[in-house]
Amino acid sequence: MSIPTEQATEQAVDLTAGPMRSIDDPLAGRPPIRLVGGPPPGAATLTARGACAWFGDHLVLENVDLHMPANQVTALIGPSGCGKSTFLRLLNRMHELVPGAQLAGEVLLDGQDIYRAGIRAQEVRLRIGMVFQKPNPFPAMSIRDNVLAGLKLARIRCSNKQELVEQALLRAGLWREVRDRLGDAGGALSGGQQQRLCIARALAVQPNVLLMDEPCSALDPTSTRRIEDTIAELRQHITVVIVTHNMQQAQRASDHCAFFLATENQPGQVVEHDTTETIFSDPADERTLAYVEGRFG
Amino acid sequence: MVAPVRLPPRRADVAAASATSASTAVPRPRRRPSEFEGIDYATMAGCAVSALALSWVVFTRLTEGVGWFGFVLVVYLCFLALYGLVSADRLGRLLAVDRLATVAITSGAVLLAAPLVWLVGYVVLKGLPSLSTDFFREDQGGITPSMPADAGGGSHAIVGSLQQVALSLSLSLPLALATAVFLNETRSRLRRPVRIFVDAMSGLPSIVAGLFIFAVLILPYAEDSDVFGNNGLMASLALGMIMVPTITRTVEVVLRLVPDGLREASLALGASRARTVWSVVLPTARSGITTAVVLGIARAVGETAPLLFTSVGASLFNSNPFNGPQESLPLFVFRNIRNTPLPTQIDRGFTGALVLMLIVLTLFAITRMVGGERKGGRRR
Repeated sequence: MSIPTEQATEQAVDLTAGPMRSIDDPLAGRPPIRLVGGPPPGAATLTARGACAWFGDHLVLENVDLHMPANQVTALIGPSGCGKSTFLRLLNRMHELVPGAQLAGEVLLDGQDIYRAGIRAQEVRLRIGMVFQKPNPFPAMSIRDNVLAGLKLARIRCSNKQELVEQALLRAGLWREVRDRLGDAGGALSGGQQQRLCIARALAVQPNVLLMDEPCSALDPTSTRRIEDTIAELRQHITVVIVTHNMQQAQRASDHCAFFLATENQPGQVVEHDTTETIFSDPADERTLAYVEGRFG
Repeated sequence: MVAPVRLPPRRADVAAASATSASTAVPRPRRRPSEFEGIDYATMAGCAVSALALSWVVFTRLTEGVGWFGFVLVVYLCFLALYGLVSADRLGRLLAVDRLATVAITSGAVLLAAPLVWLVGYVVLKGLPSLSTDFFREDQGGITPSMPADAGGGSHAIVGSLQQVALSLSLSLPLALATAVFLNETRSRLRRPVRIFVDAMSGLPSIVAGLFIFAVLILPYAEDSDVFGNNGLMASLALGMIMVPTITRTVEVVLRLVPDGLREASLALGASRARTVWSVVLPTARSGITTAVVLGIARAVGETAPLLFTSVGASLFNSNPFNGPQESLPLFVFRNIRNTPLPTQIDRGFTGALVLMLIVLTLFAITRMVGGERKGGRRR
């Protein structure tokens, strides 16, 4: 796959999104940034078809079909060990980095399989960014260099790095706290700030999709709230898939929900997926109802 | 290595803290539990004097006495016992045990540090009188063993040592880094045999390294080319054989400490594996790699045995490591102190040893400055 090197100007301001909190775009009126060698502009849809995952001979995820529409937030919920994180890592080819990991099925990014022959995993990961459970800023780099790390690592060129740093940090809701100390080490920030720095780092390469693996599990309520605001704002520009254990968070932050469940010694499967409203008010499966009401898991 | 999260103390916090303490009207007595105070030191001094007096009475008045070592040992044990009893009486059993353990551990540390201080002090005392700036300017041309120790100098040995260490480091560091990266960052099946091989090499007697270079390179090729003769380059190769396993093992351990989360973060940003190693893993391990280099230098700079067959040693200045025998400081020390019973020669050797120690110290300082931890890319 060749990545078009056009301007990322028309960053889809396509507000087909659902009835969530209206968040002011902090970047309103800002000049667009031109990246050379980066992903094509706009959000992308992700579709998993018959996705399965193994660790060694152990099948952990079986036959998942899930559509994650563009410019929407899809939440993956379910008890621990049901394969949510594994599924998320299938979506940007991080699963195959685990020794002994195998997979089946396909994942379509805007209709094209990311696992087809002749496509490099690096290009997939460039278009589908990821934020991890534990904040992992690069300790040897300053805040500024952390934000720009993706450009350096993937050899993307940018004419206006200063503006890019500012926009990425603005979008991640961190700019005001760090604008006077961009040269400080990224590791010197608090946990919540580090996680937002990681979000800024993932956004700086202007991906089409952002995957978040329990991004708030190690954070306090204030930081969590800020990250949820960030997610709400992000969905104007890109597609977001988020794994969360927090029911309220799924309810607040997502448009669609998929409920994963693994019964004893069975691989994880999607029990039900629908709009967030339906999942939380009128789910089709009684196990979903039991889970979202907190009766198990 | 991951830099521990260090929050610099903020001015505001400090100011706030001092403001609160200033506003406290009543001065309160402060204490730190289990800290030694004036009275503790007084108690210790008293116990020491009592122990000394008791032992003196027992060993000189009442019995025939023991040697000085036995006397010191008995004084020390008496002191511990007395101090324990007094502390138990004053502070209770729990704190007494704490004090006693502190004293025992501290005296153990002093005991361990003593030989080191003695060693360094002895070399300084023996070497310093004959050390002058001439030592850095002149070589041993025309110097006979009976001439005074400050005649001539060791410039030829200093130049040789520095050149050989620099050469061997520039040969072995890239190799060692590549090996460590291979061992830690790839999933090759050959990792196990390579690791065993590196382990085995780190146990290699250094004279075998010298012998190997001599037998494999110098003996067959010396007649054809000066580069394969007895010279500094051959010494550097032998030293490199000793440095590679040391640096490899240290770097490998350090790379293992780099959290996997950082590698994943880098790969998830679209970086290749090679790029991840180069731009994320190695910079994160920077200070650890510096330590590895320091250990490698320390290992090589003091080696004498591998040089005996390779650079051989010389008494004249030779700044070309690719042609002709070259002196280095360990060889300088070795030949001066071994060859004669003349005190002038021996003093000359000690001067060389002192300079060698100074050079090692300087090299460590330079390495730390070059490779030391930089906080978050202040380079720009």
